Amino acid sequence: MTSSPAAPASDLLRFEAVTKTYPGVRALEGVSFSVAAGSVHALLGENGAGKSTLLKTLSGAHLPTSGNLVVDGKPVVFRSTTEALAAGVAVIYQELHLVPHLSVAENLYLGHLPTTVGVIRKSELYDLASRQLQRVGETFHPKTPLYRLSLGQRQMVEIAKALSWGARILAFDEPTSSLSAREITKLFEVIGDLKQQNCAILYVTHRMEEVFRICDAATVLRDGKHVVTYNSLESSSAQPGGKVTHDQIVKAMVGRELADIYAYRPRTPDAAAPPALEIQNLRGAGMKHAVSFKVAPGEILGLFGLVGAGRSETLKVIFGGNRKKQGRILVDGHDSDISNPRRAIHDGVLLCPEDRKKEGIVPVRSVLENINISARHRESLGGVIIRPRWEKQNALKRIKELAVKTPSPAQEIRFLSGGNQQKAILGRWLSEKIRVMLLDEPTRGIDVGAKAEIYNILYSLAERGIGVVVVSSDLPEVMGVSDRILVMREGQIALDVKRGQATPEQILAAALPLGGSAPADSSKGNPS
Amino acid sequence: MSELSPAQLSLGKRAAQILQDTGMLAALVVLFVACCITVPNFGTLKNFEGILIAVSTVGIISTTMLFCLASGNFDLSVGTLAPCAGVITALVMQKTAKLPWYESFALGTGSAIAFGALVGFINGFVVAVCRINPLITTLATMQMVKGFGLVISDSQSISDYQPAVIKLGSAAFPAFYTPDHMPIFRLTVPVWICFACFALFGFILNWTTFGRDTLAIGGNEEAARLAGVPVIRTKILIFTIQGIVTAIAGILILARTGAIQQDTSQGLELLVIAACVLGGVSLTGGIGKMSYVIAGVFIMGIVDNAQSLKDIQPPYRYVVSGAILLAAVLFDRFKQKRSA
Repeated sequence: MTSSPAAPASDLLRFEAVTKTYPGVRALEGVSFSVAAGSVHALLGENGAGKSTLLKTLSGAHLPTSGNLVVDGKPVVFRSTTEALAAGVAVIYQELHLVPHLSVAENLYLGHLPTTVGVIRKSELYDLASRQLQRVGETFHPKTPLYRLSLGQRQMVEIAKALSWGARILAFDEPTSSLSAREITKLFEVIGDLKQQNCAILYVTHRMEEVFRICDAATVLRDGKHVVTYNSLESSSAQPGGKVTHDQIVKAMVGRELADIYAYRPRTPDAAAPPALEIQNLRGAGMKHAVSFKVAPGEILGLFGLVGAGRSETLKVIFGGNRKKQGRILVDGHDSDISNPRRAIHDGVLLCPEDRKKEGIVPVRSVLENINISARHRESLGGVIIRPRWEKQNALKRIKELAVKTPSPAQEIRFLSGGNQQKAILGRWLSEKIRVMLLDEPTRGIDVGAKAEIYNILYSLAERGIGVVVVSSDLPEVMGVSDRILVMREGQIALDVKRGQATPEQILAAALPLGGSAPADSSKGNPS
Repeated sequence: MSELSPAQLSLGKRAAQILQDTGMLAALVVLFVACCITVPNFGTLKNFEGILIAVSTVGIISTTMLFCLASGNFDLSVGTLAPCAGVITALVMQKTAKLPWYESFALGTGSAIAFGALVGFINGFVVAVCRINPLITTLATMQMVKGFGLVISDSQSISDYQPAVIKLGSAAFPAFYTPDHMPIFRLTVPVWICFACFALFGFILNWTTFGRDTLAIGGNEEAARLAGVPVIRTKILIFTIQGIVTAIAGILILARTGAIQQDTSQGLELLVIAACVLGGVSLTGGIGKMSYVIAGVFIMGIVDNAQSLKDIQPPYRYVVSGAILLAAVLFDRFKQKRSA
């Protein structure tokens, strides 16, 4: 429960009052803590808490404005990634820095290939590469071109690459976010091995269950400041008293009680009316199995599952963004022939996509343009000539209604925060006739305050009799806002329960692939 | 002191803001005034007439190239399509010389425009539906159109055709003459058509769903699609209109010069794209303003004109025009970095 005291001898890495300021922003403020050799240290915090910035100072991408990094008792300065690697420090990012069309071996040794007067010694390269791959338990041939590997395998290559540089300090930035359950288990085994070899591991994650599964210590950052470092972790169910619990950590991250984020507003969905949305045997691009479910008017349906369970794909097929192969879509009991997003919008079925930057906003255009992009086709004269006055009024109305923080409707939307961009996209759809609102990870990358506002928008949509479907990977969120929860597992619906009728453990268990390893039961303490 | 400095700051900031807002328009005004003062014979009505005529071809095509670039696309085929449209007009009028002049004229220009529309539609279809890179697509059609023009014209210059089309190039309103009938200043049809294109496509860009959809597609195609923007239809339309307008520009080259050859106006596509980029149109799409493109067109025209008045030989002019383009994009990059 105490901040780490002055370093014991085994501390391989120490941050000493690390501060990083960008023009106008203080991203890190006097962050100090130590990571011991032979331990896995979790780095936790909400988005924008400063985790990425801290990793950047560690990788040599940014110099700290003040403060020190201490490796093995000696202060170090990393002006580039190469300098960091040479000192045995490697950061493994979410987007892997690998070259798809080179072989695995070449990727491993890129930057320090064994050469004689510039000519690569191929056989030595492959020998070295095989040895590195063995260390991470991979058996594929080092000549394999990288693009043939799965995401999980590529991550192993990235780890092997770090090891090829002789890294003793490894930092992982949300390494499991796009891995399958099997790949996650494998990754954890490798991390365990690294620990045995006395490496120090800094592990950034949003998944609390992983913290209790593999980490020995945890540090929480909030708003660029060090909040607390726990030097002893134990699964919450194991030993009450003395040990740190899931709730304590979350509280430290959020800075306030969990329950009041969701502020669930009970309402009674209209069960007698035809469902706002009913899909029967729907299958389409990216969907492994046919799926059927219903959403009543005024109901919020939470769709939970692991990454790759097929939730996003299902929503995209319903919306006509991906091609439908079979099945029926009924809106308010009427067959709806949705073949593309335009038809879906026409029928009142709307989607806030998962990847806001890639699929949601047009970054270089104004907030006004982003709000009116769809509705203007209906509101223009003859569908051709736009009505600037209507567009301005509509934009101002949505900005006010949803409390979008922007200096003016003419501001380019890329300058807004994630939460305000999301609200602008909601404003786009509020300008349309809504029957069904599909939201894919609506609060990802959004700060807590904006999250609460978005939940309130969802409740008011449901109160208007709209069917709402929320996809989320955040279990407390799904349990906090939904009237009913569907769990998807490997493309199929694995569980369908009403609010409060299942424990977090039951929901998580339904989401895990059959035959996959059971998680440490840790997702305790959810409001419902 | 402490009272002065914030005021100074806001003044400096305001100046930066003005530069930001007016950008190339301010550069155009400065350039124009500088040339009037320093280049002999530049500031005459006769010379202004020459500049207007000289920029009309690039000006017309740049109005639709703006749409093409703003949607994140690219069209190289305009460079050979314009002369080819001229060749088609001349040949069709030769073949129909026995018909009344207006029928021959209509057939000639009509078939050139139809050909332009067809080429544009093919470009648009291949880019939007088959999802082939626009650079490669239009490079291919550029070659094909060039070959087609050479074949039908037998690689010859054509000058023997219905004279009505020459009228199109020389008819002027208003026209001012000295008492002894020497022209002082005239606005000819190609210049008027260029102005009309500026106005029409400026209106379309800002006031129609088609124009706004174009910018949205260029800014983020997937987001636009998921917001219900008809992406494929809009793209095909952009290329088709580009083809039609390019054909019109080609007919006007014929009308202006009185003779046409497939191999004239080489590098036209690059001049047009350069004018657009000089006018701040983003090559990655999503950003573009008609007023800036007009400024870009005129900056290039004025620089070229001033150099010829100064007797600078064409080979040197290439170096200068290239350097100006490079300087403009570097300045733009610098500006973006500061505002980001």
